[in-house]
Amino acid sequence: MKLINFFRKPSTTAPVARERLQLLLAHERAISGKSDLIAILQEEIMAVITKHFPVEQEGITVKMERGEVVSTLEVEVEIPTPMCPSFPLPAKPPKAVRTEPSDPEETDCDEADEEIARTGT
Amino acid sequence: MAKVLVVTSGKGGVGKTTSTAALGAALATAGKNVVLIDFDVGLRNLDLVMGAERRVVYDLINVVQGDAKLAQALIRDKRVPTLSLLPASQTRDKDALSDDGVASIIAELKEKFDWVICDSPAGIERGATLAMRHADIAIVVTNPEVSSVRDSDRIIGLLDSKTVRAEKGERVEKHLLLTRFDAVRAGRGEMLNVGDVLEILSIPLLGIIPESSEVLRASNLGSPITLNNPASAPARAYFDAAKRLNGEALDVTIPSDRKGLFGKLFGRRAA
Repeated sequence: MKLINFFRKPSTTAPVARERLQLLLAHERAISGKSDLIAILQEEIMAVITKHFPVEQEGITVKMERGEVVSTLEVEVEIPTPMCPSFPLPAKPPKAVRTEPSDPEETDCDEADEEIARTGT
Repeated sequence: MAKVLVVTSGKGGVGKTTSTAALGAALATAGKNVVLIDFDVGLRNLDLVMGAERRVVYDLINVVQGDAKLAQALIRDKRVPTLSLLPASQTRDKDALSDDGVASIIAELKEKFDWVICDSPAGIERGATLAMRHADIAIVVTNPEVSSVRDSDRIIGLLDSKTVRAEKGERVEKHLLLTRFDAVRAGRGEMLNVGDVLEILSIPLLGIIPESSEVLRASNLGSPITLNNPASAPARAYFDAAKRLNGEALDVTIPSDRKGLFGKLFGRRAA
C-alpha cells in the first residue's frame, strides 16, 4: 500500500485554492460594493418619502438578503399614523401593501403605519 | 518629479520590509535619490533590515510633532550615499501620527528625493491607511497563498478608495510583487501559480521574487538583498522590478540560483 502511495502523484491542491479564492472574493467584493449601494438607496428612498410624509431617518430600513437564485431587497418605512389621513385605520388586521407576491411567513405587516415593498433582485 | 510609492499587503510577514529595503537600494544604486519611510509605529523593523538600528536618534513622530527637523531624523546609508531612511518610533503610539503632519513631511521629502518609499505596517488600520494615503504608486506584496491573496484584494480596494488620489478621482498605479514564489512547487500544482494570482487580483505584475535562503541571510546581516548579494536570484528579481518602476519594459522572468538553468520566461509585461 505504501509502495503504491509512493508512486502515486501527490494530489494538486492549488486548483482548489484558486477556486475557493475566486468564490470568496466574488462574494466579498459584492458585499463591499453593496453596503454602499444600500446606503445610497436608503438616502434616495428617504428623499422621495419625505416629500409626502414627515418620516424620521430611523423610520426607514433597507435590507438586502442574498439567496442562491433570487435575492430580496426589503424596504420598511414607518410613518406616524396621524400623518396619513388618506389611509384610515382599518377595523380588521390589514393586508400588507406590496408590489410583488412573496412568502407570507416573511411578512409581518400587521400595523397600519407600515408599508412593505418587496422586489426580487 | 518625485514619486511616492507605498509597499503594502494587508497580511503581515509576506515581505513588505524586505522588499522596501531591496527595491530602495536597487533604485539608489541606479543613481536615484531614495528615501525609505517606516510607517510601522511601535513595531519598527526597517532600521534593523537596513542595518541602521544603532544610528536611530530621531524618528518620524519626532518630526511630525516638531521635536526634530527632518534633516536630523534622516539616516543616510553608509553603503549607498543616495539612500536615506526615516525610521518609525518604537515607543510611541500610532495615533501620534497626524494626517497633516504626514502630508507635510511627504511634501518636504518630495522636494529632495526622486523616490519616497513608504513601508506600510500590516493590517488595514490607521498606520496602513496613512502609509498609502499620499501614494502615486502602490506595490502590493503577495505570497502565492490563499490568505495573502485575500488580504491583497482588500488592500487593492482601499487603494481605490482611501488614498488622496482616489478621493480626487485619480488612480493610484498598482503593481503586484509576488514574493516567496517556488516555481517547482507551482509547476507541481502545490502552490498557486503566477497566472492564478494575476487573474484573481487583476493588477499588473511588477516582479516575481523566488523563495530563497539568501533573503534571510541578508536580513541577518542588516543589508538589503540587492546590496548583500546582488547576483543572487531574489536580488536580480528586485533589480528588474526596480527597472520596471523606472519605466523600462522588461519581460517578467523568475530568476533561479541553479547554474545553467534560466528563469522561465513568462512573456508578461508590467504595465
